[in-house]
Amino acid sequence: MARMKFICDAERCIECNGCVTACKQENEVPWGVNRRRVVTINDGVPGEKSVSVACMHCSDAPCMAVCPVDVFYRTEEGVVLHDKDMCIGCGYCFYACPFGAPQFPQAGAFGVRGKMDKCTFCAGGPEKDNSKEEFAKYGSNRLAQGKLPACAEMCSTKALLGGDGDVIADIFRNRALKRGKGAEVWGWGTAYGKPDDPQQQPPKGAKS
Amino acid sequence: MISARQLIAAVATLVAVAGFAGCGEKEQVVSYQQGKYQGKPDTKPADNDPSGSLYTTSKWTKGDKSSWEAAIRARNQYQNEYTRAN
Repeated sequence: MARMKFICDAERCIECNGCVTACKQENEVPWGVNRRRVVTINDGVPGEKSVSVACMHCSDAPCMAVCPVDVFYRTEEGVVLHDKDMCIGCGYCFYACPFGAPQFPQAGAFGVRGKMDKCTFCAGGPEKDNSKEEFAKYGSNRLAQGKLPACAEMCSTKALLGGDGDVIADIFRNRALKRGKGAEVWGWGTAYGKPDDPQQQPPKGAKS
Repeated sequence: MISARQLIAAVATLVAVAGFAGCGEKEQVVSYQQGKYQGKPDTKPADNDPSGSLYTTSKWTKGDKSSWEAAIRARNQYQNEYTRAN
């Protein structure tokens, strides 16, 4: 059985925020709500690392455990979704989530909490698949179209992988084994291939 | 009175049971308890007709979960640049 997961490769993420933009565009997420965002550790310091973070669709999701009105459910594919019609916007899920995934649109002059909104793994919600109602409440249902989340599919460096946990784990493992570690991960050799003859010197007079 | 042979057999059984218990795989996913969720039921992605999807390359048999999963796994490989570029 497929169990949908995200992995973000911190060695590859270049903090372009393309995943954030793709999510916004695909799901027409309202202003002030970010279902996905890029977090940078040691920003500005050499060796900084960035990761793209959204709902991780936990196997034992704390948001499900604390919700007082039980609006969360997990699909057979392991995607954690919720019914907005029942949500009371209390914010308990936001406190419980270790990733800050639940978002609350600010409605009204005094910033009244709206109904919770979060990453759906592009799987919509409990409305008729690919209907107008589903899109208005939850955004695009790409899984029902045989597609994967827009953020992962359009990631330019393929730092963000999304899909069946077994498959993306294999992709990531293969990548980590092939690229080596340390300085091998990046640089000229990685980008343009290694020279056939490592001892070969550049011709005299050539610009380095 | 327990004989030495019975004692050895009992200990061997106990060790075997304890040893095999370590080989068991514990379910890592919490099984969702039906009836707890208060909202509306949701449909499964495999129950959709692939011909109704726009701009998709995935093909599966409507209602067949395994064929939908195979289509998703195949699509997943588009994220594997080692199979695309090398």
